[in-house]
Amino acid sequence: MLSSAALVLLMVPGLALFYGGMVRRKNVLTTIMHSFVCMAVVGVQWVLFGYALAFGTSQGGWIGWDWSLVGLRGITMDKAFLDKGIPELAFVMFQGKFAIITPALISGAIAERVRFPAFLLFTLLWTTLVYCPLAHWVWSPDGWLCKLGVLDFAGGTVVHISAGVSALVLAMRIGPRRDYVPGQASVMPHNLPFTLLGAGLLWFGWFGFNAGSAVGLPGPVAGPAAALAFTTTQTAAAAAALAWLLYEWLRHGRPTSLGLASGIIAGLVAITPAAGFVTPLSALGIGALSGVVCCIAVQWKSRLRYDDSLDAFGVHGVGGMIGAVLTGALCFMPVEASAAQVGKQLLGVGVGVGTAIVGTLAVSALVHACTPLRASDEEERDGLDITTHGERAYHAAIGH
Amino acid sequence: MKLIQAIIRPERLEAVQRELRSVLDEQEHYRMTVQTCEGHGRQEGRVEIVRGRESRPRLVEKLQVTIALNDAYVEPAVQAILRGARTGQVGDGKIFVTPLEDCIRIRTGERGGKAV
Repeated sequence: MLSSAALVLLMVPGLALFYGGMVRRKNVLTTIMHSFVCMAVVGVQWVLFGYALAFGTSQGGWIGWDWSLVGLRGITMDKAFLDKGIPELAFVMFQGKFAIITPALISGAIAERVRFPAFLLFTLLWTTLVYCPLAHWVWSPDGWLCKLGVLDFAGGTVVHISAGVSALVLAMRIGPRRDYVPGQASVMPHNLPFTLLGAGLLWFGWFGFNAGSAVGLPGPVAGPAAALAFTTTQTAAAAAALAWLLYEWLRHGRPTSLGLASGIIAGLVAITPAAGFVTPLSALGIGALSGVVCCIAVQWKSRLRYDDSLDAFGVHGVGGMIGAVLTGALCFMPVEASAAQVGKQLLGVGVGVGTAIVGTLAVSALVHACTPLRASDEEERDGLDITTHGERAYHAAIGH
Repeated sequence: MKLIQAIIRPERLEAVQRELRSVLDEQEHYRMTVQTCEGHGRQEGRVEIVRGRESRPRLVEKLQVTIALNDAYVEPAVQAILRGARTGQVGDGKIFVTPLEDCIRIRTGERGGKAV
């Protein structure tokens, strides 16, 4: 559990590089900071009251709360977590990393124009008002979606659909970048090797994300399910990477490195809700489908005229939905696949999408009331690195 | 004294250096400055693709070679650069030759032809 938690934390710098490579050189530091600062903001929020909200004693299935969990005061060092044979503190930390990476995923949609203070406030409020309730509904044994039988192995709905849809809402709320021209390659990535390295770190960390999530299953099956989740994670990522690469090659004539990196992430996202519930062969199918569909989805944005800078919705939102629905259609445990299960999964997706839309609109309105969401035209033109942080990532090679 | 500024294809630099070595007295020690630069003439840049959208950069990467020469060496040097840099395709670059009023070696303060 401890090593899985550490692996999931490594996904955050991975995501930072993945996103950082895709922006222009004048915004690379602020983009990387968006991910890193979630480790700081949510890292504090989770210990103070986030864990209590998500995993405290259920208040009617809607939200958790225990005064004794505020600041984790009530969790002694030797307190075991349910019947899992692990200390509860290990579980607290593992779940905390999920809460950290989710708002970091959203940052990709609003990169290169969001104001840093607004993003900080958004992260705090969104994690508290959207993430914590959703995690409680799906993952707390007393959560209402969990009781209905909605399956989400490692966070397809809680993490990826919620982040992807919130990203889309926020991108539309905040408007396109000043240099963005729909349908044209108007803003070019400045460092694709960063993006590939980031995708590699994400893949590595995802083994902790998915295999570690077997902790949610009853004791005896948790070990084998972790191995299954490890296998399906690897399989789906490979299939999706291949599918995206080949589709793009056939469609546009070039196998691009950005496509390969994006395909890896699409497959990892789609297998997340299904990881411990489907066979490796099903994982191949889930991966391949998500690779092609997400590749098409990221190109909708030029038709639909919204500027999701780094495709947080096209990959995490769309990939998350594919995975959530296919979980119901392909699972063999803990229940057999059935139309009824697909229905339950669709309900889970609907609730995730609805909560993300309403929650993000409310939170962004709240943030906007305190501080503007968007950087000024001049700040955007000169780059947020120098105008917000007073730093540059790259200096000219003149002088020492 | 003349100043030669030649815009060449980056991959032709070694061939240009080889040709220059054969016509200039100093052999390995002839003086030259090389800069990377971008520009455009008739050649078009190669298409880049991002998310299925094509982008053609307006500027092409080149090298600019700068050499200061005494008059007798100008024509042999121009011929050497032509031999080294020419491929016959669009985008081979240009050579500019301009009069050079003075030249000073910073270490010794020598001026004019001796400093070139």
